[in-house]
Amino acid sequence: MTRAAPMTELAWLGATLLLALALTVAVTLPSGAPPFETIYVLFKGGLGSVSKFGRVLAVWVPLTLCAVGLLVPFTARLWNIGVEGQVIMGAIFCTAALRPYDAGGAAQIIIALGAGVLGGALWALLAGLLRVFGRVHEIFSGLGLNFVALGVTLWLIFGPWKRPGVASMSGTQPLDVSLWLPRLGSMTVSWVGLALALAVLALIYILLLRSEWGLKLRAVGENPKAATLFALGPRRRLLQAFMVCGGAAGLAGAIQVLGVYHRLLPAISSSYGYTALLVGMMASFRLGPVPFICLFFAVLNVGSIQLPLQLGLDSSLSGVIQGVMVLSVFIVHGLRLWLRQRKEAG
Amino acid sequence: MTDTFALTLAGILMAGAPLVLATLGETLTEKAGIINLSLDGSILLAAMAAFAVSVTFDSPWLGVLCGMGVGAAIAGVLGVIGIYLGQSQLAVGFILTLLARDLAYFLGHSFSRQPGPDLGLWTIPGIGTIPFIGPIFGSQSPVIHLSLAAIFLCWWWMYRTEGGMRLRAVGESPRAAFGRGIRVRLVRLYYCLAGGALVGMAGAAYSLAVKPGWGRPQGCEGAGWIVLAIVIFGGWNPVRAALGAFFFAALQVSGIYLQEVFPSIPAPVFQVAPFPIMILTLLAVNMGRVGWVQDMVRRNPVLKRLSQSWSIEAPAALGQDFDPRKGL
Repeated sequence: MTRAAPMTELAWLGATLLLALALTVAVTLPSGAPPFETIYVLFKGGLGSVSKFGRVLAVWVPLTLCAVGLLVPFTARLWNIGVEGQVIMGAIFCTAALRPYDAGGAAQIIIALGAGVLGGALWALLAGLLRVFGRVHEIFSGLGLNFVALGVTLWLIFGPWKRPGVASMSGTQPLDVSLWLPRLGSMTVSWVGLALALAVLALIYILLLRSEWGLKLRAVGENPKAATLFALGPRRRLLQAFMVCGGAAGLAGAIQVLGVYHRLLPAISSSYGYTALLVGMMASFRLGPVPFICLFFAVLNVGSIQLPLQLGLDSSLSGVIQGVMVLSVFIVHGLRLWLRQRKEAG
Repeated sequence: MTDTFALTLAGILMAGAPLVLATLGETLTEKAGIINLSLDGSILLAAMAAFAVSVTFDSPWLGVLCGMGVGAAIAGVLGVIGIYLGQSQLAVGFILTLLARDLAYFLGHSFSRQPGPDLGLWTIPGIGTIPFIGPIFGSQSPVIHLSLAAIFLCWWWMYRTEGGMRLRAVGESPRAAFGRGIRVRLVRLYYCLAGGALVGMAGAAYSLAVKPGWGRPQGCEGAGWIVLAIVIFGGWNPVRAALGAFFFAALQVSGIYLQEVFPSIPAPVFQVAPFPIMILTLLAVNMGRVGWVQDMVRRNPVLKRLSQSWSIEAPAALGQDFDPRKGL
């Protein structure tokens, strides 16, 4: 495929965004919401003040961790749909590691973060084993395990880890303040979380694009049969790829516990795993655009919280816009393919 | 005692009705070679649309039609992008799942927790007094009758008509079908739409009969994923797929009983119980294709007999593009 001129690319990008806008307005028309006022409220809710931008960054951290993690198994042409469950499992392991402590400091926090990574990686390994040895398609193994992870959380919150007195959907007993991740100035986001997200971003860049491991993983994805013949160990490598992704997702879950909610609750993952899959598809699973798409999606997520308060609309509009945008990318991509084929056919 | 048993069976038929409808829809679509991964969202959006239309026009049957339309429309989007624009069916289906789910919550906001009409019960005269059959079929929701009729119709269409032969041809061997003058892409699009309509009917069955009403959550979340697994479990055969759907419905119903036995376990835990079973079922189905398992089966006469009646083959061209311009 030849690369088109930058101006043409830019024009197609504009067309994609216009299509996304038109489709969003079209599908949300039955709600009777005023389109322009809604968009204004949405962006003001996400970018209106420093504290709101802090919240956007707090969403950006787990979303980016999940999305860049997803690139690793996708390099081997595998979809890790279980990323949502891996976030939850990371949060569970993190909470478990903190349960013996009433208070603590950096050491306990580091242990808890490590436990989160481990939890996510193990949950991903399970999905990977089912895929590699049980031949269960990763969509079903991953998705099923997402629901199982949610079930485990609910069981813990209502059972062994319930708050003294009342068990409720609001989660476990909050952590002591000494176990919270330190915040960035007055903003909700923790600088530790931000630093970890940037570090993982850099790490995965090196792993995928600058290491032999990444190159061989790509080979496994392109041609599994040849990879076996060249002794690249495709099975082991696929499992490793799953575990790297699960580790990143588990870290996101631990950060949700330590830095955002300060406890375990059923909605701990906030569906970031599914949103991250949309990010990955929108970026065509390339690393470069991922952090920026994550930032945009985070603005939508945070802004949409204002919709029920100010306009009486459901906050799921952010998900609708995200879905429509990714769908538009696919439509425009398909249309370009179709046009090119027509031109070639004369 | 027999009455409790009959009532349990009736409960399984009811819980299974939407699963059966959606499973049959997806089986039709996949038989034509297209994977519609958008089921979970489609069911939810169709459920919302069906309920909203029923409330607005006070006509539940209009709601069912609307739900079918919504299901077909989503499948149509998938069909056009997947078949004609050559994009990944799995990716587009997954996007549509999330999109339809969020759209359902967004558009359904004002209908949340509202009272509304449902499909009510159909009373068949003369059956109610028959022991055992009476409690099951005497006075039941029409979705049960619809789902049972759909099983027969799907089987008959697939294996006893020329249309069904064309359907199987485009899914098994699109090139050969094309050579015989069948418009492969168009036939695939038709079955995408027809399957989507059945999936939409399943959504309407949820919001108008099985779990009447709309809210966030509605209660049918996750059903679509179970259905996708049942299609594989059923080996793309409508009758066996329907049996699989009733099997999962039985699990759901038994969950309600188990909850009474183990009151300390919170209710939401039972709602996720079908998912590990889904994974185990797929594991059991797929392990049959692994080398050492096949060897073991061949040596054991009992397992060998079993495996012959249990061979599962996916439609050969499932999920594959077909481009007529590339020739035969």
